[in-house]
Amino acid sequence: MHEYSLVQSLVTRVEAEAAARKATAVHRVVVSIGELAGVDPELFQTAYDTFRAGTLCEHTVMELRRVPARWSCPRCGRGIPRGEVLACDACQIPARLAPGGDEMLLETIEMEVP
Amino acid sequence: MCTTCGCGDTSIVPVDVHEKILAGNDRVAAHNRAHFAGAGVLALNLMGSPGAGKTALLEATARAAKGRWRLGAVSGDLATDNDARRLEAAGIPSRAITTGQGCHLDAELVHNALHGVPWQATDVFFIENVGNLVCPAIYDLGQAANVVALSVTEGEDKPLKYPVMFKAADLVVLTKCDLVPHLDVKVETILDNLKRVMPAPRVIQVSARTGAGIDEWVAWLASRREKLPRTAGPGHAHDHTHVHPHEHTHAHPHRHADGTVHGHSHGHSHAHDHLHAPGAEDEHGHGEADHAHGTDGGHEHEHEP
Repeated sequence: MHEYSLVQSLVTRVEAEAAARKATAVHRVVVSIGELAGVDPELFQTAYDTFRAGTLCEHTVMELRRVPARWSCPRCGRGIPRGEVLACDACQIPARLAPGGDEMLLETIEMEVP
Repeated sequence: MCTTCGCGDTSIVPVDVHEKILAGNDRVAAHNRAHFAGAGVLALNLMGSPGAGKTALLEATARAAKGRWRLGAVSGDLATDNDARRLEAAGIPSRAITTGQGCHLDAELVHNALHGVPWQATDVFFIENVGNLVCPAIYDLGQAANVVALSVTEGEDKPLKYPVMFKAADLVVLTKCDLVPHLDVKVETILDNLKRVMPAPRVIQVSARTGAGIDEWVAWLASRREKLPRTAGPGHAHDHTHVHPHEHTHAHPHRHADGTVHGHSHGHSHAHDHLHAPGAEDEHGHGEADHAHGTDGGHEHEHEP
């Protein structure tokens, strides 16, 4: 259940950003979660809905963007089909994951500022 | 203020952050990593299922590395310090990190635990994570490499079920291989599945019980030690207090009355109260030249490359 500690990190970060800009409210946060980020989006949403009570994010909508894991050959660019061995047959080198596929990022905060 | 007419109403602005949600953890991990590198310590994050054989692997490592390397460990556990006590019994100075309901270690937990073990006086330092194939993978602790212990008894498809963990692994140690003849498991299938979740899989097959494969594992450790940066870590002033009071509780064979820079020429092979063991071995990333301290007991130092 590390989703709760991740939500805690998220809310703390949002509160810090809001304080720095003297925001009176935070309307929306956009978070992207890679398929291989090790976070279950549904659990993360549930954890957010539970944990945000009493915080600055109490009324803040969270938009989750899912980033699929896309592997390809860094040399010839050939995509590796899902479930296949993560290497390029032709080039004989390891495949590379497209950016975002294993990351969990706070993208944007929409806040109300004076 | 409203920018259209200056009426004093608030306005809604989007603020682009584009930052990792675990950026705070990563900053502490970078701090840990700088410390390990600065002291020339190979730090490894050892992960795997409960019962995968993580502790037994370390016990076997202690037997194989005896007289060669000084080992140390912190061991994450939900409720007990059993693993840390097993490691102590095997000759690895250890400290338990009891996480309560926490399913993983984070960089801050490791940083705090390091205050209680003489990690600077080790050559290889293991961070034995909580037995779990999910959460530990996403928390950087400041390790030089991730090692995942996977036992042959866990089923051939474990890698496919936990791709995030195996993708994070720099090395998979396939444990309990002495049991293969007794199981309906094909090692080839496990290896093939690893290739589908790791772009450049590195696997060592071992048995902690028979000692098979342990030499290959020790050779891997040696190769990783050779890759360690030889210079001290990034210069930074210490703003924390864990190392500086310099209390020697053991008989000290040298005296220093003039407050000049000096090195300890004796080898520290035992744990003692101060974490900083200046010049404990010549493999330390910072020598006595960085390390001026006077006769008043307290001292300040800065790491400079």
